[in-house]
Amino acid sequence: MTVSTVGVPAPSESHAAGPASSGTGSRRFKRAGNYVALVPFHAYVGLFLIFPTLIVTIGAFATGKGEFTLDNFAAVFSTKAFMSSFMVSIQLAAITAVLGAILGGLLSWAVVRGDPNGLLRQLVVAACGVLAQFGGVMLTFAFLSTIGYDGMVTLWIQNNITHARLDMSWVYSLMGLVILYTYFQIPLMLIVFLPSLDGLRQEWYDASASLGGSAWSFWRNVGGPILAPSFLGALLLLFTNAFSAYATAQALISQGCGLVTQQIACQIQSEVMIGRENVGKALALGMIVVVSAVMLLYAYIQRRASRWVK
Amino acid sequence: MSGSTNTQMGAAAPQGGAYLARPKGAGRGRRVSRGQTIARYLVLVLVLGYLIVPLFASVEFATRGDFDKATKTFGRSMEAFTSILKFPNLVDSILVSLGIAVLTVGGMLLLLVPTMVWTVVRVPRMRRVVEFLCLLPLAIPAIVIVVGIGPIYRWIGQNLGAVGASPLTLSLIDIILVLPYSYRALDSSLRGIDTATLSDASRSLGAGWVRTIFEVIVPNIRGGILSASVLATALVLGEFTISSLLSYNTVQVVIFLLGHRDAYVAVAVSLAALFFAFVLLFAIARFAPGAGSRTQRAVEEPVA
Repeated sequence: MTVSTVGVPAPSESHAAGPASSGTGSRRFKRAGNYVALVPFHAYVGLFLIFPTLIVTIGAFATGKGEFTLDNFAAVFSTKAFMSSFMVSIQLAAITAVLGAILGGLLSWAVVRGDPNGLLRQLVVAACGVLAQFGGVMLTFAFLSTIGYDGMVTLWIQNNITHARLDMSWVYSLMGLVILYTYFQIPLMLIVFLPSLDGLRQEWYDASASLGGSAWSFWRNVGGPILAPSFLGALLLLFTNAFSAYATAQALISQGCGLVTQQIACQIQSEVMIGRENVGKALALGMIVVVSAVMLLYAYIQRRASRWVK
Repeated sequence: MSGSTNTQMGAAAPQGGAYLARPKGAGRGRRVSRGQTIARYLVLVLVLGYLIVPLFASVEFATRGDFDKATKTFGRSMEAFTSILKFPNLVDSILVSLGIAVLTVGGMLLLLVPTMVWTVVRVPRMRRVVEFLCLLPLAIPAIVIVVGIGPIYRWIGQNLGAVGASPLTLSLIDIILVLPYSYRALDSSLRGIDTATLSDASRSLGAGWVRTIFEVIVPNIRGGILSASVLATALVLGEFTISSLLSYNTVQVVIFLLGHRDAYVAVAVSLAALFFAFVLLFAIARFAPGAGSRTQRAVEEPVA
């Protein structure tokens, strides 16, 4: 996930270090002391990540008064708007993950073929680092100034081709979201996938070429199979990235509750009816379930991928 | 993405004739067909075009001046940029977001660097646990954290007085959000040095743990710390979900609201922020010690 700019001059030998005990004092006491140093980190993550997640999980099964209930899930499954928001979010995430993975993968390939220390690579990597991190609000505005009603491209087409006002309302729909999401998926793909492409060794190209292989047969028989797990892993990461996104859609369609993240936000912000206080938590738990399923798959694929790219 | 680098290439470079013979910039395959070269440039132009056109359009949009009806074109003006200062809300929110960024980076480093060094040197078996916890925020969408964090923020708001009411408390959650990215950056840097030997040497010369971490380890992972900090800053400056739902006016929230009133200024601020982050990241890629040259990187695992 890091931008591949980190690194320091490397020592040439690796060091296998066990827990180096310095010998004196009660060993058991020292060993316990080793773990005590990790307490602040665990306490912090526990308080600000695990605890909120538990509140969501427990709350999803509770009434406003704290009694156990499954009504929240019944409400989610029986309300058309909730179910369709899940479906729309999943579709949007899947489509843009595939588009982002393909376009980002191609871009990574084009960048890797160049000079590893060259300006192009450093520019692209730095730009992608920013674009993948930067929030959806600004990207939405960038797109509206391109293909919105007053956008640069819209105006150019109006003035030079159609000579009539274009109907750009499609930008403010699912189609527009696909274009926007793909925009931040491409840079993320590059950041995640570039290291794997770097891992393809020169020897493998040479071996393939010296056996008379063409570029096509190299990708078909060597590069493709080796990269497949990393590619799939990146694809899944892109999916969760899009599935969790909120800002972009909110900035584009601010009144809508079309995506599941927007639906949760609507639940947080609106006056809730008695008896439905925790429906938002059930929706949130639903999101965790979807993302966790994808992440488990991702972890499994990563383990397979790390066999080769080492 | 462990093992993301290739020692083989780096290690082989000094002796391997093939690498030395390869002309700089020639790419990998030795026989690069014309078709491939054309395909490469086509991909670069199309995909980079997709990424660049909206940025260019933003510049065009933010610098629009008066509309000339005769030619149907806009004049050029920097008014949107100069009027940023005329929106006190906006200036405040920029300062607030920068403040959150500073606190987040500081807190993240204080939390992660000692913990990660400690796991490498003393309790390697906890390394997987720390890694898992650091990557966990990727699996828990920010909006889910907002839903669950309500009680904590209510408590902070009621019991910590002026501090509790300040938007700077957002940095407490932002530290969680930046963990995956910061962890990756620091981790690849720590893998590149022989942390265990360094700290053994430092300890045997009489330095305590605090001194070892801050005066021996930290200077050696400057590159990673720098990257982690920049990524964290970029993420904080772009954070919208949590601050908007907890009703804090960070820069993204104010840009969002401004977008409905004065789109030109909103786009101008967005551009300025993007440019700021890009210059930072690019400067690091270009000038940070050892960064950017992947042939120098190592993948040796310091811990078996």
